[in-house]
Amino acid sequence: MLAIPFEEFLVQTVNGLVSGMILALVASGLTLIFGIMDVVNFAHGDLLMLGAFVGSGVFLSTNNFWAALLVAVVVIAALGALLQLTTLRPLLGRDPLTTILATFGISLVIQNYALWQWGPSARKISEPIGGQFQLLYLQYPVYRIAIALLSAAIIGALWLFMKYGTYGIWIRATTQDRVMAAAMGIPVPAVHAAVFAIGAGMAAASGVLFAPLVGVTQTIGLDFTLRAFVVVVVGGMGNLGGSILASIFVSLLEAYASLFVSPAQAVIVSFVVLVLTLLFRPTGLFVPTPK
Amino acid sequence: MLALRDVHAHYGKSHVLHGVSIDVGPGEVVGLLGRNGVGKSTTLKTIMNLVRASAGSVTFEGRDIVGLATHRLPSLGLGYVPEDRRVFRLLTVLENLRTGLDRPRMTAERREALLEKVYGHFPVLRERRNQAGGTLSGGEQQMLAIARAMVLEPKIILLDEPTEGLMPRMVGQIRAIIELLHAEGVAILLVEQNVPLTLAVSDRVYIMEKGAVRHEAPAAALRADDAVIHQYLGV
Amino acid sequence: MTPSPGALRTDGLTVRFGGLTALNDVSISVPSGQVRAVIGPNGAGKSTFFNCLTGVIRPTAGRILFDDDDITGLPPYLISRKGLARSYQITNILPGASVLENVRIAAQSRHHNWSLLRHHRAYTDVLDRAHRVLASVGLDSKAEELAANLSHGEQRTLEIGIALATEPKVLCLDEPTAGMSVAETHQTVELIRQIAVDLTILIVEHDMEVVMGLASAITVLHYGEVLAEGTPSEIQGNARVQEVYLKI
Repeated sequence: MLAIPFEEFLVQTVNGLVSGMILALVASGLTLIFGIMDVVNFAHGDLLMLGAFVGSGVFLSTNNFWAALLVAVVVIAALGALLQLTTLRPLLGRDPLTTILATFGISLVIQNYALWQWGPSARKISEPIGGQFQLLYLQYPVYRIAIALLSAAIIGALWLFMKYGTYGIWIRATTQDRVMAAAMGIPVPAVHAAVFAIGAGMAAASGVLFAPLVGVTQTIGLDFTLRAFVVVVVGGMGNLGGSILASIFVSLLEAYASLFVSPAQAVIVSFVVLVLTLLFRPTGLFVPTPK
Repeated sequence: MLALRDVHAHYGKSHVLHGVSIDVGPGEVVGLLGRNGVGKSTTLKTIMNLVRASAGSVTFEGRDIVGLATHRLPSLGLGYVPEDRRVFRLLTVLENLRTGLDRPRMTAERREALLEKVYGHFPVLRERRNQAGGTLSGGEQQMLAIARAMVLEPKIILLDEPTEGLMPRMVGQIRAIIELLHAEGVAILLVEQNVPLTLAVSDRVYIMEKGAVRHEAPAAALRADDAVIHQYLGV
Repeated sequence: MTPSPGALRTDGLTVRFGGLTALNDVSISVPSGQVRAVIGPNGAGKSTFFNCLTGVIRPTAGRILFDDDDITGLPPYLISRKGLARSYQITNILPGASVLENVRIAAQSRHHNWSLLRHHRAYTDVLDRAHRVLASVGLDSKAEELAANLSHGEQRTLEIGIALATEPKVLCLDEPTAGMSVAETHQTVELIRQIAVDLTILIVEHDMEVVMGLASAITVLHYGEVLAEGTPSEIQGNARVQEVYLKI
């Protein structure tokens, strides 16, 4: 085996953690929705993209990144709630296939709407925090660290909300036992709509956060969305903590793999992890062993 | 207060309730006896609108509650303790209670008082307040399920086989809780297989068979003459 | 149907799940042609007992003898071929197939023949048999109906038909009248009485009217053990049994 310089190893650790946090942000919205409604939201990546476009529109008129982030999150969260009410609520309790088809349909509509509304050319949102710093042997963009910290902050806020907030307890109770939650007076239909809104809002937040790195196009976040599905499965469907751990785990593995192979090949690692998980521990890696 | 009139219900094609009529007055403890599979639990589920009544009426304090969403019933004054308890297994004991406590128009003082009250009745729940519901013993889970319904301050509690699978000592405790709720003026519709317990705590008893009520009598009458009990529940 | 033996005997049948003993040393003997009811309160071990007989659960200890043939631990399909059929508590029909096809498939399992040349002949045999079974359970007029379109009571009857089509010597009926109206219950009791003429029948049932009306002998299970055994009137007069039922 080739000897890997310790510095390269450290740099890849930082890289892995940074993309792990971004991935966790994308995945947590997905897993939250699955956990409570058993809905695999195939439109998650499109809500992310839509969030980025809304953000770029706000950025164009205000030149303020934070305003763009906030407006995008609120608008897409509202859209998420609307989509849940109109499309998914009538399908609750039906064959999961019907909800998969429904979210897939939403995905197609959003994609084509974006193409029609904004055209194929890329838009830009400037990073709010510029500059670079010296990380060992290379110049590392400060904004990448900032994204990771922001993602961590958003996930942390979600975590606290779920752990201590009244509505967080409602969400967890509904996730565990929808029927009993209703019998305790928890307005289950409203909780479902709210969770879909939170998931959509988190997708929008990731979209706006990515935008300065890659530019706003129809394919923004496609990469991350695909891997988000992988980590949601690896982390145990519907398990928030598991998805976050799996995001970091898979991203670190990929980062380390890129020490040996090209980054494009390193992506294979996540799918190898997916296949191995499905083969040997289909309930997920980061969940307690089912009894 | 709670009145079922000629209620029918189906599970898929199976016609499980064939016209059930039951009344529970304010503060009254009413027992619902019958063999396995005669529709006792389904009757409670139909009241909670977890099973849709296909015909007949269910009224609570004069208001028609058929078709009313389940989550709106607790605010009217209905508490439900389902069979197999259904505590939220991954939520702590305190969080389980909070599902009922954290509701609109709840003041901090009242919330505290309610929590103290159920902790007073069930000291073990205070001890285990930060423990996950799923790690409690069967009897403790049953207490949590009842406590969870109590914090809703219901006018009636629908209690589905609270003693099933419990040790005799726990059965005595459940009995004490039912008597305590009775003394506080909470009405109870009690589904049970345990005949002596039901006859001891109830004011009136209904006996179901094949999805319909076959007999209704004051519990005292059944305690005095158990011929009916033997006919419907014995061998 | 040829008159057949069909005596069933269990010898010290014991089932443990982990630390829980679901059945403990259950020894019963059902002579050929008897209708035997197995009753008991919730959790008495009735379902476990049936699951053992039909091979769904392998007993921890003890033997099951079917016409003196040891069938302990055989897989369900072999037990079924030996002539022990079961009608399930949970509906177990193919809803998308016709009533006739449901019964024919079951009949085929008995008439399996590897010879290609005999295929056609075997097919007509099977079809005849399926029609005869439908006639015996009173569903012949619904032969071409999709099973999904039958009423709940008719579906339960079809299940009995499916079990009969395998030409069993022993038929295990798991709560045959559960979820039925009073009228449907009476019809089902009548049907069981008719088919009982040339079969040994084991029946688990909560409805005592059904049990007392059908069974010539009753075994009472309690906490996985045989609490009592006897004729219906003996069981009805047994104080211990009454106590267990009323949880006194």
